[in-house]
Amino acid sequence: MAEKFDLNDREVWDGNYAASQALRQAQIDVVAAYPITPSTPIVENYGAYVANGYVDGEYVMVESEHAAMSGCVGASAAGGRVATATSSQGFALMVEVLYQASGMRLPIVLNVVNRALASPLNVRGDHGDMYLGRDSGWIQIDAFNAQEAYDLVLCAFKIGEDHSVRLPVMVHQDGFITSHTAQNIYPLTDEAAYNFIGDFQPVDDLLDFSRPVTYGAQTEEDWHFEHKAKQHKALMDSRPVIDEVFAEFEKLSGRKYNRVETYMMEDADVVIVGLGSTVETAIVAAEELREEGVKAGVVGIRVFRPFPFDQVREALKGAKAIAVLDRSSPGGAMGAFFNEVSAALYSTDTRPLVTNYIYGLGGRDFSIDEAKRIFKEQQANADAGHITTDIQQFSGLRGPHLGYFQTQRG
Amino acid sequence: MAITSIKNLKEFSTNNDRFEGAHTLCPGCAHSMIVRELMNCTDDNLVISSNTGCLEVSTAVYPFTSWDTSWIHIGFENAATAVTGAEAMYKARKKKGTLKDNDAPVKFVAFGGDGSTYDIGFQWLSGAVERGHDFTYICLDNENYANTGGQRSSATPIGATTSTAQAGTHSYGKKEKKKDLVAIMAAHGAPYVAQLAPNKWKSMAKGFQKALETEGPCFINTVSPCTTEWKFDPKDTILLTDLATDTLMFPLYEIIDGHELNILYRPKNVLKVEDYLGAQGRYKHLFKPENKHVIEKIQKDIDEYWTMLQRREEARI
Repeated sequence: MAEKFDLNDREVWDGNYAASQALRQAQIDVVAAYPITPSTPIVENYGAYVANGYVDGEYVMVESEHAAMSGCVGASAAGGRVATATSSQGFALMVEVLYQASGMRLPIVLNVVNRALASPLNVRGDHGDMYLGRDSGWIQIDAFNAQEAYDLVLCAFKIGEDHSVRLPVMVHQDGFITSHTAQNIYPLTDEAAYNFIGDFQPVDDLLDFSRPVTYGAQTEEDWHFEHKAKQHKALMDSRPVIDEVFAEFEKLSGRKYNRVETYMMEDADVVIVGLGSTVETAIVAAEELREEGVKAGVVGIRVFRPFPFDQVREALKGAKAIAVLDRSSPGGAMGAFFNEVSAALYSTDTRPLVTNYIYGLGGRDFSIDEAKRIFKEQQANADAGHITTDIQQFSGLRGPHLGYFQTQRG
Repeated sequence: MAITSIKNLKEFSTNNDRFEGAHTLCPGCAHSMIVRELMNCTDDNLVISSNTGCLEVSTAVYPFTSWDTSWIHIGFENAATAVTGAEAMYKARKKKGTLKDNDAPVKFVAFGGDGSTYDIGFQWLSGAVERGHDFTYICLDNENYANTGGQRSSATPIGATTSTAQAGTHSYGKKEKKKDLVAIMAAHGAPYVAQLAPNKWKSMAKGFQKALETEGPCFINTVSPCTTEWKFDPKDTILLTDLATDTLMFPLYEIIDGHELNILYRPKNVLKVEDYLGAQGRYKHLFKPENKHVIEKIQKDIDEYWTMLQRREEARI
């Protein structure tokens, strides 16, 4: 039995510590991990729990992130609770195995502390790695602050391990901004947290020799298509389960989560759509602008995969002009997030004007003033009835303005 | 411990049939013989992982499987890590008492070809052995990337022609020596390391049994003649293996705890390497006069390595 860990009703934790506490409370059977900034403290904190007997499972420090996810896949198939953490280059190294984990329907939980992808080498946060994982068949949940990083890791186990879901889940938080900034956190008791998740119930267990299983078989054109279609269906069908888990968590904690979070959207004309800690910055900016009479609102995407297509349409149906903020290099296209949000809006009757802002790459600060400037540009668009600037523009970039796809400027 | 006692080949070959015959490996491929020997030498429960390669694509093609035991494949490089992840889970669940049968002995085995073992999966193998997991890694060494059509690997010997190290008017084939992976794995401090061959089936089975019995990470390299890429008649697999062991091209030995070396087979009549090379299409070009020096070099390397093995055995180092 694990040693008792003393917790207060209110703790001061950063996002990494919060996530590691959720892992401890989940009493994981196997953690296979490799450290990388800025997610390293999650692994280190877990190591301290192991060293002091606060967890009972096996802690395997492997030689790379690729091996970390490989070990997690083997362990998960062997019928127990599994989690790990990573960021950036480590995430990129894991990508091959992320597809294997989801294809084998293994409910591994991966804490992704978002960080830019090299080159140039950069340890600070942007969403390049989050987007890199978007087609890997994992559920992706985004925490906007440290409390959420804790809450959503607990939810992730319950969602992924649900027998109707059986999919791996990533919980994202912003590198350094969330991971290394301390705030007041209200943890559940160990008992409440564990009971919420429940005991692990294996399906197709490698260690059940009365019923041997083959994992990771080969399929060609005769079956591969059907397998991928079923996997997609499993992801799409996870939506009501995610909603149920969030509802159950609200009953337990009083903290409510939605797949799409909306703030002041009842009558909003101008909207910022964002991910991560940016959502909170945008909320503060919107509140300040409301005092100036600007009908500003904010939409934060909580569940990035499966993408909440319907809910995005619903949330934005009354908006006149919206800014979709991509914290990732667009790589020769419109921002990936912009494309997804735009696609959701395309077939609505009240299609708003949509502008793509590329911002905050490599940890560049995103300020309240910058958010206000974006809102004001959207107000100008709304007033003019058309986009008055470039459809895609870089916000907060040093040097001359960088924008593309000019419409009605000048 | 449920090691099977080995009395005769017929009885042994029919013991505990957990590897079904209806796979799609090439006729004459030694992989299935080696896998069958492993699975027949113990009655313990087995968790097996395979790297991507000939064995994997021929034995688990959905909706079929040849494996009547727990089996997992992830990727080309990470069978060692997959099976050690399962081994870690076994330890965790055994402690917590959540296994279906908490007392049944379980053995963890990874299979890889030489491509995935010597080359792309080397890091994962090294890491898994360094961490000291209780598992056995078996390399099915056919000295080329057979599954992709016969490219060179770092296990391909000098002088062999492959599709990426071709013999031609300006080349005698592969120029570099075969990587000595057995020595490298012994240097990891693995408690049991061996080089085995399917023609010496009894010593192979005993080697497997030792590896399974030994606590900690064990590594076994097995020669696995490849009829398609070595270019010989499928009926001659064991003949080729005889030639490999009798010319000492592929000497059989074990290393215990990284230092105690035992030779497992001493040919009564050591054959010249030409006998082995001449039996395969991949070395045909070496018999041209201008390539005579390559055969001499191979023979010299064999002689030196055999001398080294014997000296190490005598010196107990």
